[in-house]
Amino acid sequence: MQIRLTVNNTAHQLDVPDNTLLVEVLRGELALTGTHIGCDTSQCGACVVHVDGRSVKSCTMLAAQADGQEVTTIEGLADGESLHPMQEAFKNCHALQCGFCTPGMIMSAIDLAQRSPGLTEAEVRRGLEGNICRCTGYQNIVKAVLAGASGMKAAATS
Amino acid sequence: MNEFSYSRATSLRDAVRSQDKSGKAKYLAGGQTLLPSIKQLLDAPERLIDLSGAGLDGIEVGRKTITIGAMTRHADVAASAQVREAIPALADLAGRIGDAQVRNRGTIGGSVANSDPAADYPAALIGLCAIVHTNARKIPAEKFFVGLFQNALKSGELITKVEFEIPTGAAYEKFANPASRYAIVGVFAASFDHVMRIGVTGAAHFAFRWAEAEGHGLGVKDLSNVSLDQSRFNSDLYASATYRAHLVRVLTLRAVSRL
Ligand SMILES: Cc1cc2nc3c(=O)[nH]c(=O)nc-3n(C[C@H](O)[C@H](O)[C@H](O)COP(=O)(O)OP(=O)(O)OC[C@H]3O[C@@H](n4cnc5c(N)ncnc54)[C@H](O)[C@@H]3O)c2cc1C
Ligand code: FES
Ligand code: FES
Repeated sequence: MQIRLTVNNTAHQLDVPDNTLLVEVLRGELALTGTHIGCDTSQCGACVVHVDGRSVKSCTMLAAQADGQEVTTIEGLADGESLHPMQEAFKNCHALQCGFCTPGMIMSAIDLAQRSPGLTEAEVRRGLEGNICRCTGYQNIVKAVLAGASGMKAAATS
Repeated sequence: MNEFSYSRATSLRDAVRSQDKSGKAKYLAGGQTLLPSIKQLLDAPERLIDLSGAGLDGIEVGRKTITIGAMTRHADVAASAQVREAIPALADLAGRIGDAQVRNRGTIGGSVANSDPAADYPAALIGLCAIVHTNARKIPAEKFFVGLFQNALKSGELITKVEFEIPTGAAYEKFANPASRYAIVGVFAASFDHVMRIGVTGAAHFAFRWAEAEGHGLGVKDLSNVSLDQSRFNSDLYASATYRAHLVRVLTLRAVSRL
């Protein structure tokens, strides 16, 4: 079927089989391989992207369901050479080891920070329940999300 | 993934008309259960009818009831100022379903239609004397859930909204599976003036009302000897039926103490 998607501010018109998942369009048709597939069973959060500003698991949404909507992936966050404050915080806090979970973590974290001003550590831990990391033990991820949320606030007021 | 065709219904009539009697077409709400089921070959519909454009979302508060459209997402119920004001325990329940991304897509209609024994909403439907509205009729919650993943819906029947009675007080207690966060047992207690209602999910094949406990009233401090029919209790690798029965008693006392 024909679908229209705006991905990272670029409009696309695509012809895909009805049963195509959003993640397959992103990684396959559009070669945006920053969005990962970990479990493919809705558990791990490696595939999280934003659809119309909300974080969703792109392995659990059809491309057809996103027809006419705006999608943001990890590739759409940086502004040229300057990283998004959440990306910057993950780098500075050493919040990744193998990096497989990182794109999904960052997309979930940004949605969380936008929705909850004055984020607490407990809220971060709860807010990231849908994202699994096999490497870090989460400590530095939590630190990074708190730092990234402050960075986003500072960037918004400056 | 199996092949199927997809269409987006533009209205309730359009959605129901797109259905056929074969049962091979299925409604698609948030897809948070249906899409994983198709991937795992637990389900193989030939056609999916997406309900997202059918105008079935929204929350309405009346004098005695609050009505939630079938396509209202869990995250929107959790964040709704109207729900938080009228029935805070219901907003709390919605905010504890799965994870943030599941709540951003999953809907109340999909959850109720799916009738998973471990789903959260069914406990609230029983506890709050809810009525399930469909395109054809109104079904009281107690008559809606009838078996393991089974309910009173006929083939092609569509849930349009769920109407909850606004209680004087309510509380939800959930003992969650730490991995999936589904309820191993969940108890929704509500009071309507001095009358108490208890809805239990997770414990048995389907959500049920624990009427024997209700009779003991709001001040109850001990439920250990109150009868609890365990004939259809679940026993799995997470919890035995006996342990689930224990959880029902403990969580009910906790929920009632918060009324
Ligand atoms: C990782 C994960 C964790 C989860 N944790 C929990 C949890 O802790 N607690 C919990 O309660 N749930 C949990 N869920 C399930 C989640 O709440 C789903 O959103 C819900 O069960 C199904 O809703 P949906 O809108 O996604 O429906 P869909 O998946 O789209 O549909 C489910 C079924 O209902 C039918 N249907 C949908 N809408 C209607 C309608 N209006 N009328 C008639 N039939 C309809 C469909 O045909 C399908 O058979 C979890 C899911 C995942 C993936
Ligand atoms: S790949 Fe989508 S949740 Fe794991
Ligand atoms: S950094 Fe390896 S999975 Fe998270």
